[in-house]
Amino acid sequence: MADTFAFAEFRAGAFRKVAFETVSAARRAADATGGGAVTALAMGAPGLSGKAAELGRYGADRVIVVEHAELARYSPEVFAGTAGAQLKAGSYRAGFFSASAEGRDLAPRVAAALGQSLASDITSFEITADALTARHPVYVGKAIATLRLTGTPALVSLRPGAMVAVEQSRTAQVETAAPALDPASARVVVTELAQRPAARMDLGEAPVVISGGRGLKSAENFKLVEDLASAFGNAAVGATRAVTDDGWRPSSDQIGQTGRLVSPALYVAVGISGAIQHLAGMRTARVIVAINRDKDAPIFKVADYGIVGDLFEVVPPLIEAVKRARAEHQ
Amino acid sequence: MKIAVCLKRVPDTEMRFAIAADGTSLDSAGLKYDISDFDGYAVEIALRLNEQQGPGEVVVVALGPDALQETLRKALSMGVDRGIHLQADPVPYDGFSIAQALASELAGQGFDLILFGRVATDTGNGMVGPMTAHLMDLPCVTAISRLEIAAGKGTAHRELEGATETVTFPLPAILTIDEGIARPRLPSLKGIMAAKKKPIESRPAALGPVRLTVDRLELPPERAGGRIVGEGPDAVPELVRLLHEEAKVL
Repeated sequence: MADTFAFAEFRAGAFRKVAFETVSAARRAADATGGGAVTALAMGAPGLSGKAAELGRYGADRVIVVEHAELARYSPEVFAGTAGAQLKAGSYRAGFFSASAEGRDLAPRVAAALGQSLASDITSFEITADALTARHPVYVGKAIATLRLTGTPALVSLRPGAMVAVEQSRTAQVETAAPALDPASARVVVTELAQRPAARMDLGEAPVVISGGRGLKSAENFKLVEDLASAFGNAAVGATRAVTDDGWRPSSDQIGQTGRLVSPALYVAVGISGAIQHLAGMRTARVIVAINRDKDAPIFKVADYGIVGDLFEVVPPLIEAVKRARAEHQ
Repeated sequence: MKIAVCLKRVPDTEMRFAIAADGTSLDSAGLKYDISDFDGYAVEIALRLNEQQGPGEVVVVALGPDALQETLRKALSMGVDRGIHLQADPVPYDGFSIAQALASELAGQGFDLILFGRVATDTGNGMVGPMTAHLMDLPCVTAISRLEIAAGKGTAHRELEGATETVTFPLPAILTIDEGIARPRLPSLKGIMAAKKKPIESRPAALGPVRLTVDRLELPPERAGGRIVGEGPDAVPELVRLLHEEAKVL
């Protein structure tokens, strides 16, 4: 029987999808080691406790809620101090974080506070009493490492979207706790959180990502990519580095080696040749579709389905066909 | 300001990779090595800060084999003042082990800022900076895309999913640098000549215990890609059918 721990990210009044992924992974780890209890830690502004029971649906037995008016925004020192203290207070075999922007900041701090290593940005894992093994893409996705992590608790961060959150029927008991340090004493302070105007889903959370490359020829033509994303309804819009460097799209939309790493269920590459740096950011997508004029473009080597042709001729009918298909099958 | 930049020597990811006979590392034959992408941005930011704010010192610190010295020398040719080579061959995969070596090297030396790249292009982890900060009890801001320093205080921007954070922090501090902040300069001929005379100290790295290792390294399975559904708009109905019936994503 081994208990496990998950950090559940909460932002702007709701749990993030990655919170369900970490709780679900903690459930699987507990079950794999004899069926212990899963404790989730959630931190945020007052109002969080009313939502905490949602984590039961993904396998949490207990949710520790840390509410504080100063915690509406992420506070690295308070979050890390509190997560570290909660991990030390229990007897956990493993602790799960997300390799999201917040989790990539948080998890290493917690690991150092516990004197432990961290298997970061993993795409799958197995756990036994002695060791945790995990897979992690290295060298910008050109190789896959299988890592072995010893030490207890075994701390990992999960690549967003790589592991599916599994729903189940559990009821979580909700407790409250105080932050381990006074938020007013933090040295690093997030003074502002500016949401970028985004009608769309976030790249890391969307089940479908539609990306555009230089083949679109101008910033205005990105409307085709936007329209295709709207047709799917559950899609985010990404771009190649060439496109963000040219200022056609904000740099935060860049998918690739130096941008976002995404693993959606469906990735549609529109007018993208498929440079290795771009492939590094999306090759773990479950299904890849490519639309490109050049039949020798490297993107076709990784695409499950390719259409060779002029995107300006192919995408408009595709938008209509996707709309029809969604209307039909819903 | 006195600024340290912790950098990593990594293989150029444009190269074709092969797995070494041990099954846990890259075959180094024919690989070219360079400063990791984001670490180059960190070097550039350090140089610019001192150019803007008056004289100071920029020191590069790295762990690695003897061949690391040529990588450090490249940073010196960009304008960095001196280098510290912490001997480790191979460099362990375990970021916490590395953080312990860096923390023990950097402690008590009076650095105003210690910079890292956001992640190294080999492991893609980005953990050594915040871990080193914890060990040195320094404030830390990761993945910053903008930086201003004035009167012993800093303000930085961090890009999150769909949002931008503005963060304030006191100096001394540890920062990890995202791209876009400042393109690294190319070494000038004068810089390359000057770098030959700049000092690089070398001593064994005081690594911590290693608890995270690579059991196996593999090339990714070839995606069963390459299936062309058709050409031009005529292929659209078949693509939509496949997405619905076969891939079940529509």
